[in-house]
Formats: sequence, C-alpha cells, structure tokens
Amino acid sequence: MARVVVDVMLKPEILDPQGQAVAAALPRLGVSEVTSVRIGRRVELEVEGTPDLAKLHELADQLLANPVIEDYSITVPEDSP
Amino acid sequence: MTSVQPFVDTVGTAAETPEELQPYEELGLRSDEYERIREILGRRPTESELAMYAIMWSEHCSYKSSKVHLRQFADRAPASDRLLAGIGENAGVVRVTDRLAVTFKVESHNHPSFVEPYQGAATGVGGIVRDILAMGARPVAVMDPLRFGAADHPDTARVLPGVVAGIGGYGNCLGLPNLGGEVVFDPGYQGNPLVNALCLGVLPADRLQRKAAAGPGNQVVLLGAKTGRDGIGGVSVLASASFLAAGDGAEQRPSVQVGDPFTEKLLIETCLELYHRELVVGVQDLGGAGLTCALSETAADAGTGMAVRLELVPLREPSMVPPEILASESQERMLLIVTPENLPAVQQVAATWGVLATAIGQVTDTGRLTVTWHGQTVADLPPGSLADDGPVYARPMREPADLVLLQADQAETLPRPAGPAELRETLLRMVASPNLCDRSWVTEQYDRYVRGNTVAAAPEDAGVLRLDEESGVGVALSVDGNGRFARLDPYAGAQLALAEAYRNVAVAGAAPVAVTNCLNFGSPEDPNVMWQFAEAVRGLADGCAELGIPVTGGNVSFYNSTGAAAVNPTPVVGVLGILADVATRVPTGFTSAGDVVFLLGETREELSGSEWAWVVHEHLGGSPPRVDLAAERRLGESIGAANELGLIRTAHDLSDGGLAQALVECCLRHGLGATVQLPEESPGGAFGYLFSESAGRALVSVPLGRERAFIAVCDERELPWTALGVVGGPDTPLEIAEQFRVPLAELRTAWSGTLPALFDPPGRATDSGDR
Amino acid sequence: MRVGVVTFPGSLDDVDAARAVRLAGAEPVRLWHADQQLSGVDAVVLPGGFSYGDYLRCGAIARFAPVMAAVAAAARDGLPVLGICNGFQILCEAHLLPGALTRNRHLHFRSRDQRVRIESAGTAWTNGYEPGQEIVIPIKSGEGCYVADPATLDELAATGRVVARYAGGNPNGSLRDIAGITNQAGNVVGIMPHPEHAVAALTGPSTDGLGFFTSVLKHVAGAAA
Repeated sequence: MARVVVDVMLKPEILDPQGQAVAAALPRLGVSEVTSVRIGRRVELEVEGTPDLAKLHELADQLLANPVIEDYSITVPEDSP
Repeated sequence: MTSVQPFVDTVGTAAETPEELQPYEELGLRSDEYERIREILGRRPTESELAMYAIMWSEHCSYKSSKVHLRQFADRAPASDRLLAGIGENAGVVRVTDRLAVTFKVESHNHPSFVEPYQGAATGVGGIVRDILAMGARPVAVMDPLRFGAADHPDTARVLPGVVAGIGGYGNCLGLPNLGGEVVFDPGYQGNPLVNALCLGVLPADRLQRKAAAGPGNQVVLLGAKTGRDGIGGVSVLASASFLAAGDGAEQRPSVQVGDPFTEKLLIETCLELYHRELVVGVQDLGGAGLTCALSETAADAGTGMAVRLELVPLREPSMVPPEILASESQERMLLIVTPENLPAVQQVAATWGVLATAIGQVTDTGRLTVTWHGQTVADLPPGSLADDGPVYARPMREPADLVLLQADQAETLPRPAGPAELRETLLRMVASPNLCDRSWVTEQYDRYVRGNTVAAAPEDAGVLRLDEESGVGVALSVDGNGRFARLDPYAGAQLALAEAYRNVAVAGAAPVAVTNCLNFGSPEDPNVMWQFAEAVRGLADGCAELGIPVTGGNVSFYNSTGAAAVNPTPVVGVLGILADVATRVPTGFTSAGDVVFLLGETREELSGSEWAWVVHEHLGGSPPRVDLAAERRLGESIGAANELGLIRTAHDLSDGGLAQALVECCLRHGLGATVQLPEESPGGAFGYLFSESAGRALVSVPLGRERAFIAVCDERELPWTALGVVGGPDTPLEIAEQFRVPLAELRTAWSGTLPALFDPPGRATDSGDR
Repeated sequence: MRVGVVTFPGSLDDVDAARAVRLAGAEPVRLWHADQQLSGVDAVVLPGGFSYGDYLRCGAIARFAPVMAAVAAAARDGLPVLGICNGFQILCEAHLLPGALTRNRHLHFRSRDQRVRIESAGTAWTNGYEPGQEIVIPIKSGEGCYVADPATLDELAATGRVVARYAGGNPNGSLRDIAGITNQAGNVVGIMPHPEHAVAALTGPSTDGLGFFTSVLKHVAGAAA
C-alpha cells in the first residue's frame, strides 16, 4: 500500500478570490508579513501495490485537476505506510 | 476488525454492579431523574442506556419544561376539517384540495449556529427538511427567520455571513426555493443568534406517512449517510444548561454536526420513490438524539418493541462504541419500517439513487427496545419511557419584578422630530437602520426560482408558491416575530406576532388556515423566563382560537441568552394560507401611476417598542401596540373581497417602522413615487402618524375609478380607511404633502447601502450592477 | 419533436427545463445519467443544479457519466446541446466548450434577475433572437465566473462564438462579461443564467427565456427540411 498525494493549485494567472479574501483578513489577526495567499486542494490516494505513475498522471489530468485552470503535482512519500 | 474489543457495558454487567458510579450529571441528568431511571429498569442503566436517557430526557428532546403549557395548543385548538395531522406528529398536515395536502413547520438551530455558523445553519435546514420528508411530503420551499446581535458588532460579522452562506449552501443544493424570512438585529442576541428554519412540503392527501413501527417481524432499516461522531451530546450539551456555563464556543466545536446536502437530495428522491411505490410501513427522520430518538419514538408510537443489532449500523469511524452510535447526530439519515417482502425492493430503490439502506433490526411484540452489540445486550428498556414518559416539570413562574416599571416608561414621551426637516431626516435615518434596510444582501444568496413554482418571494409580504400548474392552487406563507413587543408584554407580543403573520398572508389575498411556531426563550429554570413562556403560549393559544386557525406543530428552544441575560422572549409565528389560484394573489409595492393610495385600519399613537424608539433613543419601554384580532380578520376579509372584485392592485402590511417604512418600500419596489397627504387630525401629528406601529393596518393601491367600490367593500365590513394620496410615475419622489419630499434615488441609496457596507469586507470584489 | 433533459444525481432544474421544452411545443424526454443512449431525441439539455453536490469541481464528476459519452458523440454529429449553469460547467469539463467556470469573484452565491445581451443569433439555440437583443433572465450560481486564456477569449470574440454577455453589470466577474458561448458548429451552447426560469410571467421576471427553446425547434425543423 502506498499513499500518493496529488496537490492541485489554480494556475498562477487564474484569479483566486478565496485566497485574496484570506489575505485581506490576515492584518486583522496581526499578520503583516504574508504578502500573498493562494488556496488549492490536496488529494490523498491509498494505492494498492506499487503506484503506476503514468496512470496517476492520467487520473490527475482527467479528473482530479482541471488542466484549463489548474496545475497539479504528484508526490509519492518515501516512507508510505 | 481489531482483535481487542473495548469494554462494553452490558445489561448483565449493570445488574451485577449496582454500585457503579455513573456520570449522569455530566450528561445533564438530575439525581432524581437518575433514580427514576433505576426504578424503571430495576437496576442501574448501562452506559448506552444512560446516554439514551440523558439525551431523550434533555430539554430539547423531552420538552419537559414546556409540555404543560403547550397542551393548550391541542386542548384549545379551533376545529378544522383541513387538519390531516396535528400536534405530536413530525409536522402538521393541512388539506389544500381533495388530492393535495401540504405540511409545514419551523424549527430552531440556535446554539449550533453560534458555535459554527455555516454548519449550524446548514444542518438546521437539513433537519427541518427531513421532518417534512418524514410526513411523506416532497420539500418544496424554505423560509428563515434570523436574529443576530448588534449589526455593527464584530462577532455579528462572524456569525451572520456564515449563517446566510450555510442556509444558502444547503437549501440551494437541495433545490428548495427560499421564499423569505426575517433578519433582525438586537444586542440581546449577541451571544445567541436565533436561527429558525421553516420548511414546506407537498404530498398527495392520501399518502401521509406515519412513524409507528407497526407489525412485529417488520424490518427496521437505516437509510442514508453513515454514522459518525457528529454532534455527540449536541442536543443535551448545546441546547441545555451546560452551554451557558462553558461560555466561549470554541470548546463545543466537536459537537456540531456537519451537513452534506447532496446526500440529503438523494435521500429525498429515494424516500419519495419509496412512498410512491408504497414500500414502507413507517418512517421517521433522525434528528436531535439520532438513532435513539428514531428507534424509541417509532416503537413507542406503535406500542411495539424492537430488537436492534447495533453492529449492523454502517459507521464512518470503525472505532465507535455503542453509546456513541446511539447518540450520534450524523445528518442525512432516516429510519424505515419495512415488511420483509418489500425489503429487496427498498434496497434496490436506494441503490439506484446511491444511498445506503441497511436492515439493522426488527419490530417485536415484547414492548421493549432491545439493543445488542455483537450478541451482548447493551440496552433493554421500555421505549415509551424514553419517548413519552420523560420528566414533566411545572416550573415556577414569576412575573419579572421590573416589568411594571418597564411598562410605565413609555416611548410616547420621548423627544420627537420638530418640523418637516427633522422629520425628513428621521425618515432617511430609519430606512437606513439595520432592521429596516434592504435585505437583498441576504436574500440574493438564496435560489428563489428552482422548480419554477415561486410566484412571490422576499421582499413580498408573503411567500407564494403554486402547488398545481393546472388549477393554479397554491399557498402563501409568512413567518414573523417581535422580541421587543414580547419583552414588554409576552401575551400581547405573541399575539402581535400571530397577527403580523396572519396579516401578511391576508394581504397577499390568501385565506389563512394554519399556524406553526418557534418559541425562543431564555432558561426555563429562571421563573421570569418561565412566566414569559407561559404568557406567550397562552397568548398564542387564545389568538389562534379567536382567529379560528389551529397550531399544527412547532418547536421550543430554551436556554437562549447572552451571558447571564436571557434574550427577549421571541415567539416566532408562521401562518399558512391557501390561494385558489395563485394568479390572483395581490403583490406588494406600487405598480401603476395614478392608483389611489389607501391606508386601511386604525392608527393610534403607539410608539412603545417601536423601531423609531430603538433606533433614535435606544429605548425599550411602555406597552406594545394594542391587539385587535377581530380587526385583523376584518382587514383580511376586506382585502380578499376587494381582490375578488378586481378593486385592489397592490397591498402591503404595516409593521416595523410603521407607515413611513411601508410607503418607502412600496415606492422603491418598482421605482414609482407617491404623493401623500396625512390626515389633519392625526394622533401624534405627522410624526406619530408616520412612525406609530399600530397593528391591523395595510397600505393598498386601488385603480383610479374604483375607489368608490373599494370604499364600499371596506364600509361593509366596518374597516376604517383613509385615502392618503396617489401613486406617481416612474422616478417621481415620495412626497408627504406640507412636510417634505424625497427623491427615490436618495431613498434607495440610504436603504440599500447598509448591509453591504457592514458585511462585505473592504477590498472584496463587489459586483457592479444595477438592482 | 423530442428534447432530452438529462438528470444527474443532484440535478435540480431538470424539471424547469422540461417545462420550458413543453411550453415551446416539444415533448420533453427524461434521460438518466446512467443511460448509454439518447432515445433518439432531437436535442439535449444539460440542466442546472448541483450534480454530485458540486464535489471536486462543478461538473467534474458528471462529465464521466455514461450518458455524456453519447452526448459528446451526438454533439460532434451536430445534435443541438444546451448546457445551462451546471450544464455549462459540465460541457466545459467535458471539453465540448473551451474555458472554465470558477467561483464568483465576490465569493457569494448570487440569485438575481439579470440583463443579458444576446450577441449571436447564429446558434441552434438563439436563432429566434435578434443580435444585440437584451433579455432579462435569472442568474443563480456560486461558480459562474467564466475564464479562459486571452488567446481563447480573442478567438471566441473574433469568430462570433460569444453567445451572450451580461448587461447592466457583471454578476460574477466573468471575463469579457461572457454569459454564454458556443462551439464552432454552433450546435453546442453553454449559458450561465437560466432561460428556463423565464418562460412564464407568473413565476419569472419575463418570458424572454422561451426563445432558447423555440429556437432549437426551428433549428431542428430547418435541418430536417
């Protein structure tokens, strides 16, 4: 069993109003040194056997991310359970 | 499955260890209640049984403090041949035509919404929707009376947007049009918002579902979401005394339930198909007190017993133990009673919609609810002792000592605007005040169009929904309340809430037929609060009797307070009316230049408890406006009769903010001004006439040329009327003759800017767009 | 004439789309998300709602429904397909239309009677309107902000594939005020606001939306001729 993590983020050129709203709220919490906030999605997959990276890329490309507006990265942690 | 099982407290163990100390106080039980449980069982309760009694006997589930008073609704209910189900069922059911019935109810989810505004409000919607579904109805509309602390308080900025987003997020996803509600601000609700949720459902008149678990041998089926640790203890922790003690909401967070509207949508479609195909014997929703409540209520209702194998309950978290499974308030679950022959069909329907359906036990004839866990009995008790025979308290009541002084401190003596300029300024200040200003910021977050039957929604006086496309038959709904009036006089305050909801339905041209209520009060252990509660219930029962419309069901929420101070007693009343043809409903707001404007009803100098007294003087004192239910009836009948004769174009009821507010709202609705002349001898002069909040009044517009016929209709019914003036053309100003004139643009700016300025954070993109 | 209306788990405005089809004079045909074929309908509507609860992304899961394979194939053969709101989102996720719908800029769900300008009468679903005609139909969504890269936006404009734009204010931040677009052949249209909620004066802000449904009947009749 391996745990594969797919991180999905909006492409840099896509407006992220949620991230902006969070950034605007930070001063109210006394935080002034954070200059930008962008919010994405983390998907954790429990995979049986050895992960087939090609297949996982296809899965990420087709379903987990929308390539029109999102980028993704796949991580297979070395010490997966 | 783990090999090491956690210790399970069984009936056998309990019988053998009578001296075992049990944490009944932490669970909210008094020592006399604990003793009674031991008496009922003949031994100490198991852990599971203790949890079951603790939640079922909590205030929220057992209504122990309110039962003795609520009896009046049933005992003194006016006879109604329309009532297919009344108090005691999940919701009242009213026959609309030979074939169609509706069911409606309003409920509270106050404390969870303070702790977690989005989920608290969302699951409040989910819960009331399931109540409606359990009656056999398709949920078709929602309304939301909401009350928050001071509009400009930082915590209100935390709570309000979350609540509104939660209601929208859940209701929109279910496809339920939101027809309206209320948004009220008052510092008394600062630590305890009131989030009441109303749902309306439609069903064939002959397809009412029952909750009785009838027929020994029938299967008990759990339908819907898996069971997790949501809200464990929520009902007993949040809605009862311990919520007050804990203070800061952060510690309670784990108790709040999290909703999934998509699963609820699938649940709705599954149940409706099961009802349509007559595949279930009984159905009950799982709400507060989860599985415990559903199992005990269905068995008790039928007078049967039940044998349940708890290990068959599908779990989200495999480590859950029996007391947790029994107490869980995981959302989106229903309980079905199904004959063995129909079980496969039920499972197949559920599978089509992608919903879990699991047989977890069966109905028996033992008269006992027996719960086993992997063969060990963890609960064995009479279901009636949980559901029906909970404690009943006749709590001490005492009129608040300060009430006489409060009532003597009348608002009629407060300094008033002197002269037209100050009057004009007051008007602008009032329309911009948080309780009177435009609510679009809230209502535009709700879908009003889905399913295509919404004829009227906010800001119209009543929500109007078409039930049948062919005949045009439909219903009108309004929910109203006024905590300030009820504080000054709970009996009158409850009647004024009833009167306002009744009036809102009547001005839409509908015939009021049924009532629901949500009674929001402080701690029942406070004799002052208990007195307020008793008075309010008595007022509502008397009022319903006089108006001839019964209370069909409702909800009580106690322990609402900010710090040590109870909230104003806030009975919220919902009235349902019937329209033979929704196309004949009367809209709100001026639509045609040249129409003659009439004020119906009698205006007295009644400023105590008014919005003006609060906004300008932060004053609450005196007596609320006089209640005259006979006059409300005459007003409703006159409008109905005039409407049938085509004599009335639009109608708007008068309430908060009085005539001034009604005029502004009528003008801004479609952008037509008006010229109005106040009567020479008005009580309290121009100011009194404009801002008094006398009940029993409506502002109507009558097509030019029909005034005489209209007046005749009013005179026939001895309804006082005053010809005030005439509707102007597009963009003409609102003019109060000999007083002042205000261009609509200036009114609109004042009226529509308040809520966005308060609740859209600076720097957030706001859309551009005219409204 | 028969127009299919697809129901996914969570679809909500399928009932309204069916009513609009009926009022336009055609027979609505209920299509289930698990169907593998389209029952020989003359056109298909993907309705509004929250298919699959809007999980992951709006329309992301619905695009893989069995019926969508049939819809995509038929669309390539010229079958008229209208995606309304969630339906528009599904069409973009299925790459039958370019771009994507994202969260409203102001982060609120917004329900409003919206002025919309029909920019193109050259599609199967808008041939009954005049180019430049302004209509009022409801918009009600939380994720209605249309985005695409500048090259795509330019191409859409240059080839007359912007079907509708918001007028009198942009309710969600959509780039270039785009409210609806079409494919190259003009048979697949995605629109964010809801024409099916503006087909009866009693229950909608106007009857301006009926034109979408009468247009497709004209288109199908014309194609058959």
